[in-house]
Amino acid sequence: MRTPFTIRLIQSTPKSGWLAIAIFATLTLVCVPLAHLALPESNPLHLSAYTVSLLGKILCYMVVAVAMDLIWGYAGILSLGHGLFFALGGYAFGMYLMRQIGRDGSYGADLPDFMVFLDWKALPWYWAGSDSLLWALFLVVALPGIVAFVFGWFAFRSRIKGVYFSIITQALTYAAMLLFFRNETGFGGNNGFTDFKRIVGHDITSPEMRVTLFALSAALLIACLVLGRYLVSSRFGRVLAAIRDAESRVMFIGYNPLHYKLFIWTLSAVLCGLAGALYVPQVGIINPSEMSPANSIEIAVWVAVGGRGTLVGAVLGAGIVNLAKSFFTVTVPEYWPFFLGFLFIAVTLYLPDGVVGLWRSLRERRATAAASDAAAAPVPAPRAAASGPDPVAVSKGATA
Amino acid sequence: MIDLTQLDRAESAAVAQAALLANEQREQWESEATTSHLVKSGELDLSHNVILYLDDITVSFDGFRALNKLSLTIDAGELRCIIGPNGAGKTTMMDVITGKTRPDSGKAFFGQTIDLTRLTEPEIAHAGIGRKFQKPTIFERLSAFENLELAMKADKRVRRTLFASLFDEERDRIAGVLKQIRLTAEADRPAGLLSHGQKQWLEIGMLLMQEPRLLLLDEPVAGMTDDETERTAELFVSLAGKHSLMVVEHDMAFVEALGGKVTVLCEGSVLAEGDLASVQADSRVIEVYLGR
Repeated sequence: MRTPFTIRLIQSTPKSGWLAIAIFATLTLVCVPLAHLALPESNPLHLSAYTVSLLGKILCYMVVAVAMDLIWGYAGILSLGHGLFFALGGYAFGMYLMRQIGRDGSYGADLPDFMVFLDWKALPWYWAGSDSLLWALFLVVALPGIVAFVFGWFAFRSRIKGVYFSIITQALTYAAMLLFFRNETGFGGNNGFTDFKRIVGHDITSPEMRVTLFALSAALLIACLVLGRYLVSSRFGRVLAAIRDAESRVMFIGYNPLHYKLFIWTLSAVLCGLAGALYVPQVGIINPSEMSPANSIEIAVWVAVGGRGTLVGAVLGAGIVNLAKSFFTVTVPEYWPFFLGFLFIAVTLYLPDGVVGLWRSLRERRATAAASDAAAAPVPAPRAAASGPDPVAVSKGATA
Repeated sequence: MIDLTQLDRAESAAVAQAALLANEQREQWESEATTSHLVKSGELDLSHNVILYLDDITVSFDGFRALNKLSLTIDAGELRCIIGPNGAGKTTMMDVITGKTRPDSGKAFFGQTIDLTRLTEPEIAHAGIGRKFQKPTIFERLSAFENLELAMKADKRVRRTLFASLFDEERDRIAGVLKQIRLTAEADRPAGLLSHGQKQWLEIGMLLMQEPRLLLLDEPVAGMTDDETERTAELFVSLAGKHSLMVVEHDMAFVEALGGKVTVLCEGSVLAEGDLASVQADSRVIEVYLGR
């Protein structure tokens, strides 16, 4: 007998996890849309368009953080170029958004404004099919996926590891940024894509569309968390952990690490691409600065702050850092880089396991304190403590 | 060709007989299928009751002959100890068998048909040769149970492991091996927290999960307590018969406890072969190894 797949998928996330997901889903799929659409602006619970877009943007960042955690936290591969995959997904969907503008651009032409400005007469060949939503969605998945697969194939096959791999990913995103900055590349140069009007004929600035995009981002995040949870608790996840511990030994018992790394790497890139595609219509712009190395480093900072190796940590980290960022950039924009640098140093020095690690050690300390209290009492608690292997579980038993 | 004088010295007519038969068999087969080793490489052929042939193996590193015309055979189900002074070529021999080092000349066959000199390391592991290195390497962050699960003989491609879950009989098998290596109580602890001896055992357990036909064990009791060493000897003796074992060890008490045939290597070739008492009585052995 073996457990059916659906049951295993459900069991891979603990009950508390499902409860948290249910609460999160209610908040994002019911409460936020209602608060934005149904409540009048005078109501204190009304969410403004700015807030909904900001939260939607952060949801996309959270998806990126989960994708980053899958490869960094679980497979031990630090990518400093994940912004590239995010931007590729964004550009792929941005092409569709540019075509949806139609003749409403400032030149009133069939071509996107930047092409008219460059005096181009026809769409370049790689823009073919960009007016189709299905093709755009295909590109959103395929473009980051193929780039990641090809890059990963060569890098992992050559057994490039550790800091060397990180540096090469950094160089990759930098090279892509320089390429996209050029007008001749055909993606709007340094201005990128902007002035979007509609998606499938519907006004992109309407409250309904805003809420739809927000809800889609939340649904994507939930799907990523459930998928990620399944992956890391499956045998596949244990092979990844084994590769992180002792790669040569994994080979010796018959697994090929190349295939495992390539799979998780490509999946991670595709998730970033999807997040990018939802991000672009919500912020209304995509340009090459999304590929700047600093952006990719920031992704790693989110995961480090939250606590790598835990999916909830990645989500928390992305949320905390980005909320702090919007607060700083509104009030004291010049101090944001300093704060980010300080945060990174502080986390590295004092919180190696991030916020989640802090929370865990606090809970453990409380539990051991409770256990020693119980041991001091004249009951045979120490015997129970000696027989069990897990100090946390034992102390729970002792306090109960 | 097999060096007959060496085998005579080993005073083991049975081994010589088997090796000669094997040689005939192999020559016959080679004349048929020299071009396609793939034809027969799938199944282990034990028709002559010999699991490993090393014939005239020479390996040189920068002119130094680590192995010098080494010839050795292991019978199916045998428990063989290899002893010898440092630099005698014990580890190089294991490297040749597992595909880590390619011999300059000579033949290495697993059973009658599998040419080890033409296979890669994972292919050899897959064919049924398991190796335990001197230093235990286990996955520290996984539990003992999970270490065994990963080592288990199974389809190890990505698309299978993504959806793999344990069958009840697989769970039972892991539980059986845990019991065999006396780690049942530690099954769910991270392997990094085990004692050194327990780690050694866990790695032996991982070897068993791979269901190899031939186990190569390089100093398996290094760093174990006397009690652990004794229990390891019991385990190996119980494994012999079903598996074939080749144990490299310096601990003479352990070799004695195993009780199998002993081969003495010296300067890259076999010096003597026989039970421990007769080997220890051999004047040449005393001269190069025990007497020193």
